[in-house]
Amino acid sequence: MATQHDVDHHEPQSFWTKWVFSQDHKIIGIQYFITAALVGIFGMVLSWMMRLQLAYPGTFDFIGLNNYYQFMTQHGMIMVIYLLTAILLGGFGNYLIPLMLGARDMAFPFLNMLSYWFYFLSVVVLLSGFFVPGGPTGAGWTLYPPQSILSPGTPGADTGIVVMLVSLVIFIVAATMGGLNYVTTVLQMRTKGMTLMRMPLTIWGIFLASVIALFAFPALFVGGVMLALDKVVQTSFFMPALPGIPGNLPYDGGSPILFQHLFWYFGHPEVYIVILPVFGIISDVLANHARKPIFGYNMMVYAMAFIGVIGFGVWAHHMFASGMNPFFGFFFATTTLIIALPSAIKIYNWMLTLWKGNIHLTVPMLFCIGFLSTFLIGGLTGLFLGNVVVDLPLHETYFVVGHFHMVMGVAAILGIFAGLYHWWPLVTGKLMNPMLGKAHFWLTFLGSYLVFFPMHHLGILGLPRRYFNFASVGFLPDSVDTLNVIITIGALIAGFAQALVLINMAWSLVAGKKAPRNPWKAVTLEWQTPDVPAKHGNWGPTLPVVHRWAFSYSPAGHEEDFIPQNVPLVAAGDGNGKGAGGNGAGAAGLHGGGS
Amino acid sequence: MMESTQIDRTAAESMQLTGWRGAIADLSSDGRMFKVSWGKAMMWFFIVSDAFVFGAFIAAYAAARIAAPGAWPDTGEIFALQLFGADIPLLLIAIMTFILISSSGTMALAVNYAYQGNKDKAYKLILATALLGATFLGMQVFEWIELIGYGVRPWENPFGIPQFGSAFFMLTGFHGLHVTGGVLYLLWVTRKVKTGGYEREGNYEGVEIVGLYWHFVDLVWVFIFAFFYLI
Repeated sequence: MATQHDVDHHEPQSFWTKWVFSQDHKIIGIQYFITAALVGIFGMVLSWMMRLQLAYPGTFDFIGLNNYYQFMTQHGMIMVIYLLTAILLGGFGNYLIPLMLGARDMAFPFLNMLSYWFYFLSVVVLLSGFFVPGGPTGAGWTLYPPQSILSPGTPGADTGIVVMLVSLVIFIVAATMGGLNYVTTVLQMRTKGMTLMRMPLTIWGIFLASVIALFAFPALFVGGVMLALDKVVQTSFFMPALPGIPGNLPYDGGSPILFQHLFWYFGHPEVYIVILPVFGIISDVLANHARKPIFGYNMMVYAMAFIGVIGFGVWAHHMFASGMNPFFGFFFATTTLIIALPSAIKIYNWMLTLWKGNIHLTVPMLFCIGFLSTFLIGGLTGLFLGNVVVDLPLHETYFVVGHFHMVMGVAAILGIFAGLYHWWPLVTGKLMNPMLGKAHFWLTFLGSYLVFFPMHHLGILGLPRRYFNFASVGFLPDSVDTLNVIITIGALIAGFAQALVLINMAWSLVAGKKAPRNPWKAVTLEWQTPDVPAKHGNWGPTLPVVHRWAFSYSPAGHEEDFIPQNVPLVAAGDGNGKGAGGNGAGAAGLHGGGS
Repeated sequence: MMESTQIDRTAAESMQLTGWRGAIADLSSDGRMFKVSWGKAMMWFFIVSDAFVFGAFIAAYAAARIAAPGAWPDTGEIFALQLFGADIPLLLIAIMTFILISSSGTMALAVNYAYQGNKDKAYKLILATALLGATFLGMQVFEWIELIGYGVRPWENPFGIPQFGSAFFMLTGFHGLHVTGGVLYLLWVTRKVKTGGYEREGNYEGVEIVGLYWHFVDLVWVFIFAFFYLI
């Protein structure tokens, strides 16, 4: 089958077919990345608006009560879906899957292009919400009915919510087209020798996340369609009778909890859609810059798969306080805490990969280590919230905000930056400035801690989340206000620090040094193309053949401290491919360090 | 490392193993996991994903029905068709179901003849499948018009609680969209068979792929029939 692609891929291309309506997975990946990054910067600015209001209430005229809710909602929605999901699956997935697997492109290049343009359309529709009467929806990113669609409800309940739902449906169509492509490509298009268990962990993460996306987005789709029906044609799927509300409301007998179930059946796997590709990126980049094979490759794969499966059975831990059947709490608390096991396996394996490694504190490595720290903190606070009895008092406080920003916000962003700095020379052929990169890392990392670490404390004090101001909350000590100012300053620092990476990228493109062929001495296939950056079709006349696993770093008895995946076993003379060597991986790891 | 390396074998190496170990080694070997074309694999993945969409719709319908205050209307009465002066419950739905399931039969035959290279028979049978699908849609339109005539709307229902109308239009509407898409898809394949597109490619797999989709849409109807009309 590999030949069915070779034929039609080398015609001359015009500007439009090469850069705009491109069917080349690399261009599509870059398009996804840029679009998601731009919308992400917008989402970050929205978070500043919230922080400015909380630190200096009443000072800024342009942040009203309604605006605040709209900023909050759009910030959440943009960050989780339009930034993180899109950049990891669409950006990294598109760029890396064919290159890392030795394929010439995705299985369905046209569908791939369509996927990007649907995503682009969904972003346009999302942003158009700011220009409709009443503005975008301000119902919180969870969009809970009844207030999200009720006319005297949250802001944007008349038009904004419909725009939001339409945008989500378009996004789901895009994500489905992309996901089908990624899954088919990973399963059906690996080059000769690339067995499943020789795939780099980045591909495992993106692959599993794509599978999860194909199973989780349907629930959001269905919930979104039903919510739109409730809004537009006034069905009563989610809307109960609301006797206290003025006006002659047509609703009766719906169940708001049903929406919460549908939403979180999507919403919880969604966090794994975001974090599994990051797990993969971290594993590959960490091993590369520690010059050591990943510790426990098989376990890493099984742990990710286990997280993916059991991630579908934990959603109602977001609903302990919703009024659902209390007996559910026990079940969902148990499954939630079980997820700590594979997560802990991964943390230990990353630690043991670093242990006695030849650690190069490059910029990608710093971001990897930063990820380990925030993911660990966020994971541990997750154990608190997974228990019903601990969750109930902490629910709807800043503890929750701190938790999920640490574990899937900052951690995912740090992982994305690790990937960005690592693969930048691959994509552009240029080097970035490491000093600027390190400044970017420290400001981002410390800034994020300054923002989210005190939030745990505020949450335990009982500071409620989603409040416009705290004047009416009587029991709070004055220190809360001080902390809120500190958090806001941290948010501004961490936010403005992102200018450094933008400057770095621009500087690198204009005046950056030309990158050597394989600057990080990586073993994976994406660095072994005939041209770097790869040309359309990736591999020239012949596809590469894979002979060993994706982590042949510091192999014993070998001159160089790495052997690329496509180097034959005999030529290297060491028999250290994982399949053939059997114990090669562990032994090489322990003896690693000297090169 | 671990002694078990059966999951890390190339396709050639996996041939040496048998039984479960062989199956696992084969699936995880290099190249392709499933020995089918990309298009067919993707259609299977799409069907699994789409099954989740319908699963969520039906589960949501079930939950809304349980939560709704008041009794669910008797579907047998509402969907009865008057024939020779007697009300026969679910007659129209039964005919619709029969037609749709028959279309799966013609589709299966079409795939069979397509693989035999019998272009003419395959063409006729796919066209028949599309026409049966269109007939189903026509009867569904008739059913919608009848119910709207009785005063059933997505937001109200003279026979009882409004959730009945909501669920009816949502479930049958969404399934109807799939059938409409399927009929268009079938007509496109019909044209490609007729003009010899598959013959030139030397491969009639495209017919089987549309068949997969069509059988899936039929199967979904069986569930809607069971869970919405019968219960």
